[in-house]
Amino acid sequence: MAKPKLAIYWAAACGGCDIAILDIEAKILDVADFFDVVFWPCAMDFKYADVEAMEDKSITLTLFNGAIRSDENFHIAKLLRQKSVVLCAFGSCAADGCIPALANLFTLDSILDYVYLKAPSLDNPGKIIPQLRTKVPEGEITIPQLWNTVRTLGQVVDVDYIIPGCPPQSDQIAEVVGAVIDILKNGKPLPPKGTVLGATDKSCCDECPRERNIKKITKFIRPYEIIADPNLCLLEQGIVCLGPATRSGCGAKCVKASMPCRGCYGKPINVRDQGAKMISALASVIDSTDPGEIDKIIATIADPVGTFYRFTLADSFLRRAQV
Amino acid sequence: MSFEPKILGILCNWCSYTGADLAGTARMKYPANMRSVRVMCTGRVDPGFILNALRSGADGVLICGCHPGDCHYIEGNYKCMRRIPLTKKLLADMGIDPRRLRLEWVSASEGARFQSVVTEFTEEIRALGPLELRELNFDAEHPAGTAQKISAAAS
Amino acid sequence: MKSIVIDPITRLEGHGKIHLFVNDDGSLANCYFQVPELRGFEQFCVGRPVEELARITTRICGVCPDAHHMASAKAIDAVFGATLPSAAFKLRNLVYNAFYAGDHTTHFYALGGPDFVCGPDAPPAERNILGVIAKVGLDAGKKVIAQRARGQRVIEIIGGKKVHPVTALPGGMAKRVSKEEQAELVKIGEEMVEFAKFTIQVLNDVVLANKAYVDLILSDTYAHKTYNMGLVDANNKVNFYDGKVRVVGPDGKEHCKYEPKNYLEYVAEHVEPYSYLKYPFLKKIGWKGFVDGVDSGVYKASPLSRLNTSDGMTTPLAQAEYERFYETLTKDKSGKTPVNATLATHWARVVELVFACEATLALAKDDEITSDKIFSPPQGIVGEGVGIVEAPRGTLTHHYKTDKNGIVTEANLIVGTTNNNAAITMSIKRAAEGLIKKGTQITNGILNRIEMAFRAYDPCFGCATHTLPGEMPLKLVIHDAESGEVIQTVQRNC
Repeated sequence: MAKPKLAIYWAAACGGCDIAILDIEAKILDVADFFDVVFWPCAMDFKYADVEAMEDKSITLTLFNGAIRSDENFHIAKLLRQKSVVLCAFGSCAADGCIPALANLFTLDSILDYVYLKAPSLDNPGKIIPQLRTKVPEGEITIPQLWNTVRTLGQVVDVDYIIPGCPPQSDQIAEVVGAVIDILKNGKPLPPKGTVLGATDKSCCDECPRERNIKKITKFIRPYEIIADPNLCLLEQGIVCLGPATRSGCGAKCVKASMPCRGCYGKPINVRDQGAKMISALASVIDSTDPGEIDKIIATIADPVGTFYRFTLADSFLRRAQV
Repeated sequence: MSFEPKILGILCNWCSYTGADLAGTARMKYPANMRSVRVMCTGRVDPGFILNALRSGADGVLICGCHPGDCHYIEGNYKCMRRIPLTKKLLADMGIDPRRLRLEWVSASEGARFQSVVTEFTEEIRALGPLELRELNFDAEHPAGTAQKISAAAS
Repeated sequence: MKSIVIDPITRLEGHGKIHLFVNDDGSLANCYFQVPELRGFEQFCVGRPVEELARITTRICGVCPDAHHMASAKAIDAVFGATLPSAAFKLRNLVYNAFYAGDHTTHFYALGGPDFVCGPDAPPAERNILGVIAKVGLDAGKKVIAQRARGQRVIEIIGGKKVHPVTALPGGMAKRVSKEEQAELVKIGEEMVEFAKFTIQVLNDVVLANKAYVDLILSDTYAHKTYNMGLVDANNKVNFYDGKVRVVGPDGKEHCKYEPKNYLEYVAEHVEPYSYLKYPFLKKIGWKGFVDGVDSGVYKASPLSRLNTSDGMTTPLAQAEYERFYETLTKDKSGKTPVNATLATHWARVVELVFACEATLALAKDDEITSDKIFSPPQGIVGEGVGIVEAPRGTLTHHYKTDKNGIVTEANLIVGTTNNNAAITMSIKRAAEGLIKKGTQITNGILNRIEMAFRAYDPCFGCATHTLPGEMPLKLVIHDAESGEVIQTVQRNC
């Protein structure tokens, strides 16, 4: 009997999700054993034309990581949706936009302007900016159109499941892979469409071992301003930590390492916008009832938009800045 | 045709909603642009409501609650008092005029105050103009959005 | 004129493609290497608190995130004028060397290695990690997985979590290492050194014992006489984490040696309209196009370059390998004569792997790494800083400017593989020219040798563990450039 087909693709990504998959170590052999990998550009030389030639719905499972920010990313997303039975948004970029979506605070023009015209190391007297089509003596060569707004996978095609995290932690990936193999081998039913896999249903605070008390903050500080108490909640010490507004499942590794959570597992269950929830959480701990004083305390929060939406800007209510 | 602002009003049950009722029974006139939602306390107002309202077509959001110290639930309006300035900061950083969000204290007996607050806010939003959120939703026809103008100009 | 587009190139950080133009007589007219993506980190870092950049810039690359974490941390230290406690400096060095020990393993065995170990003409189905295992034994596969796991575990212990580390702060590190963790690190270091010895054996038995491979390394096919760049310590020895940037010409003469903060005097970036990736070059020599030689500003930054710019290694086994490398390839074990053969990069990578393993063990044994004095909060702010480390794929430069509150106002990055953009372009073209000649039928072997040209540079995505059958299917469709009609389709295992 033919092995079920697996595809792993990266759009506007960093490769960390692919590394996280390989960090399941020996279990990767179970994957190779059970599946026939038919497309994985980072590891194997299948080309786009090979995918185009496949029958619709012939790929059992596609793990798609990376955000959508170019015509090429979009084309392959549509292609893989067409050819796949199950399409997973794998990792924070595909699920929420992640770090590449911070580009939504700027316009594409401003990015091109800095990278090709203003950066201090440039030597570009001709003010050349990459063009979609370039005529060369032998003919014409092309590069894809970049988008002004970075999108999540779910915003451009229909997505079946989401596996959050930047990257998803390898032990979670191993569990998901095991569950998938179990389902396919034994004919078990698939989870409901839209299920978030590889994460749990609480917030990151639930996994954090630090001691928590009533919080009364009169000043927020940046992580380098103090040597943090290793046993006490970071937020309680005045360091902005996104634990309250982040889905659990990662093991709270960052906080255990004495660095505040930055929300890479995305919004918790029953929350629609991670940043909005974080505003709510922080406002709850501000210790003042005087408007002037409240404004002063709020002013000590550095970069609210880039901190509350560090990983989820593309997925938020407002999606991008109006610039 | 001039622009008619769409405004979402979130009024707390104990003070502002009653204040609004008072304005109504006293036949005080104010612009009909505001659609009101009643919550038990402004402490219930999640910043997500505001962002959702703006993305759904509201040009402005007005929140009215009990005066500080008079909250039926003691501290609820203080929570709102802290959330709104931080939400306004977020709006400003997202390129949306923070004046489109306003928090006012209106007590149950302040029908006239309710009238003037709503009137003033409506006119302020009218002056700011409609909130047009560019590239909010994905447009399959023009996925690139306003992409690579420099590129086009240089070609 | 015929047009052949290889899209996408695989095993490259992000995406890449090669556009070949073939004359009617079958000879190569020209060849263009294009990178079709850009995410815009330099722009969207503006407005962020500068200390957060150490966690944001790791997302430039998930294979070498530690390189970005370190370069960023150093730039941030400079922005605050912060000095590191000695224990923090050691922790950063330790985690960085351990990262190298895992990353170079990945490339040698699974990515570039197969070309080398199995041979460039081996059937595609064998030219992958499975073929390597077949040559050197099943044990090798398990050893490689275990070695990678060790590297990731050290990153978890010191950096907080695997893949994207988080613990670097201006003025130190956030997480202490306990005595139990130190014991684990020492054990890891010992196992790494054993693995390094094993790898030297693999290199000897399978590669160097084969005269054909040695001839291939020494041949002109993939040779480029360009400048070489790498970080060196005060004694001009290789150091991945700290030192000055040294540039040495293809003739062995030193071109410059600079402190990170002066990088703009020596390096500039050229732009072409058909690729999103810029082309760094040596400013004082100038951009002369895609040519090599002492008069061209094109330079390479890679394990080979690092060995060429240095006078040796600071650990014993690595130093012995360094001397053997130069003795074999240049008859001069001092290393003063640079090696210009691109394929020798694979061997240079092994020399560095040995160094990284030895350095990991030496640093793990140092009891100071369990100190609680690992972070000294900075006092005050300078507002500008440059941090440079050697990423496995090349010299990595982070340059930040901030306002008085430490919020980023400008960021400029020159990233590992980018240094090699011009050299990669030239290597691909040289390979294509040599292979696509008048009357040639384009075969699978030709496709692979074109791929080998860029693969030696370990282009920023060293994608780990092909423990999956690397059949390397490849399909080329050749269109007539005018009518678009399909003239020839060449397939390989698809």
